[in-house]
Amino acid sequence: MTARSRFLPGGWLSAYAFLYIVFLYLPVIFLPIFSINTAPTPKFPLTGFTLQWYEDLPRTPALLDAAWNSLIVGVSASVLATVLGILAARSITRYRYPGRRAINGLIMAPLVLPEVIVAISMLLVMLQLGLSLSLFTVVLGHVLVCIPYSMTVLTSGFEGFDRSLEEASADLGESAFGTFRRVTLPMVAPAIISSLLVCFTISLDEFIIAFFLTGTEATLPIYIWGQLRFASKLPGVLALGTLLLVASFLLMTIAEILRRRAARRTQNEGGLYA
Amino acid sequence: MTAAAEGAPPLRMTRARRNALLQSEPVQGFALISPTFLYALILLVLPILVVIAHSFWTQHYLTIDRTFTLENYRVALTEPIYRDLLWRSLYISLTVSFFTVLLAYPIAYFISFHGGRHKSLWLFLITIPFWTSYLLRVMSWKVILGYNGVLNSGLMGLGIIDEPSTALLYNSSAVIITLTHAWAAFAILPIFVSLEKVDRTLVEAATDLGDGPLRSFLRVTLPLSAPGIISAALIVMIPTVGDYVTPKLVGGKDGVMIANAIQAQFGKAANWPLGAALSVTTMLIVSLMAGATVLIIRALQRMAR
Repeated sequence: MTARSRFLPGGWLSAYAFLYIVFLYLPVIFLPIFSINTAPTPKFPLTGFTLQWYEDLPRTPALLDAAWNSLIVGVSASVLATVLGILAARSITRYRYPGRRAINGLIMAPLVLPEVIVAISMLLVMLQLGLSLSLFTVVLGHVLVCIPYSMTVLTSGFEGFDRSLEEASADLGESAFGTFRRVTLPMVAPAIISSLLVCFTISLDEFIIAFFLTGTEATLPIYIWGQLRFASKLPGVLALGTLLLVASFLLMTIAEILRRRAARRTQNEGGLYA
Repeated sequence: MTAAAEGAPPLRMTRARRNALLQSEPVQGFALISPTFLYALILLVLPILVVIAHSFWTQHYLTIDRTFTLENYRVALTEPIYRDLLWRSLYISLTVSFFTVLLAYPIAYFISFHGGRHKSLWLFLITIPFWTSYLLRVMSWKVILGYNGVLNSGLMGLGIIDEPSTALLYNSSAVIITLTHAWAAFAILPIFVSLEKVDRTLVEAATDLGDGPLRSFLRVTLPLSAPGIISAALIVMIPTVGDYVTPKLVGGKDGVMIANAIQAQFGKAANWPLGAALSVTTMLIVSLMAGATVLIIRALQRMAR
């Protein structure tokens, strides 16, 4: 034990971990810093505090449209992906059957494929099918990339789920639906909400697939992309970016808390009856 | 369920048997996963097959000629511009995955061996920047590395340089730095998982048998965590080879990657078959590179033992 802590001693490693965290967070922190700076270009020294760039945001109709579009896409994609995720995660954690691992691998594949290739393949098929590009096609694409994340969250919530609880409920005379509503659902609800939040965040931040699959309607990242061409628009983009960062951060923190609660709940229950 | 089937009168046998089959574990499990499976088939597998088919066709203005041809692949592999873009994309993704894994390993080790009770808090802290918009993270690097950017103005303010350096932005190093930062968190998780599986008693045994700390790390911990290193390398290498946003925002002319060329074929250049052939070629080559990486790491792992 002592030898292990002597090699790469905890002190050195802690220092490295600290630096690493700085490396991870520092670039992101420049966005909020320069979004409240009076100068229109992001450089040091800072010139003064202002909320002007934030005040301009609600006065931009194109931005409001994009925010509304993002909301529609995010809600639809997260609900659809979570429903599909629940079915798949339940099947994977509850049943054993041939081909289970291969199917799981296929469903998780969008996670490790280059997004451009996923986006372009879908674009080709949609154009071939004569689907006109719209927010609907963006939703279809976002559902595909959200399912793997939804699966990850839900599987960790469903694993360790004690089947005997459901059996007990059925034996005591509950219908299948009653068992689902009164036994299964309360135990997995935190994982499901967590999955909804994670998927919403991913959809809100996703750029490539939306970029290829949307028609004329922009989501927030597409709006930002369009603004990046104009140097004078940068402060507004920084302000909007900061708001998106804060939203993602909050949503993911809530999702993580819920996911842990779900994992703890199923494990505790399992432990109690095992 | 089977008991009911056995006890049923012969006439109702077939239906009972069918019910038993329907209620059997594999059938129920498969039925439950089938909507998600179908979704992935229709929106992932089918599209990829369509791309592969297109890569063997030709486009004349707005019509697609469906006669089989390898011409697109000849162009993709021999035209200097695409060949260079492919090589550069492979070089960038290989470099990025090397540095990401190198930087991530100590962190994963730290969390696994010294994280104590706060392991999940550490993991959460490290993954949270990853959940913010990728576009925004790339954008912040543009802000940092730009001509009038944070780094230049900061260095000038400190008196280290006299005039802004143009060497920071718009080249492949800027792409490598940005991608290494963007994928950092992704590499930590698989390494962490495999380190968690390392049997601590083995490390102690090595120490008891006289191996120094460094030797026991190199001969026990590191080889045993090789699966994590492999998946971390692949999870970074495969997506980064097709990155579009980073080269577009911070790459400039010297940092253009293959995804930008693929996008152009589906946009302005409007040559879908060539774009398809470039996509397929990229996927094939990155798969080969990934396979080679796996073999090399496995060979190193054997050598270490």
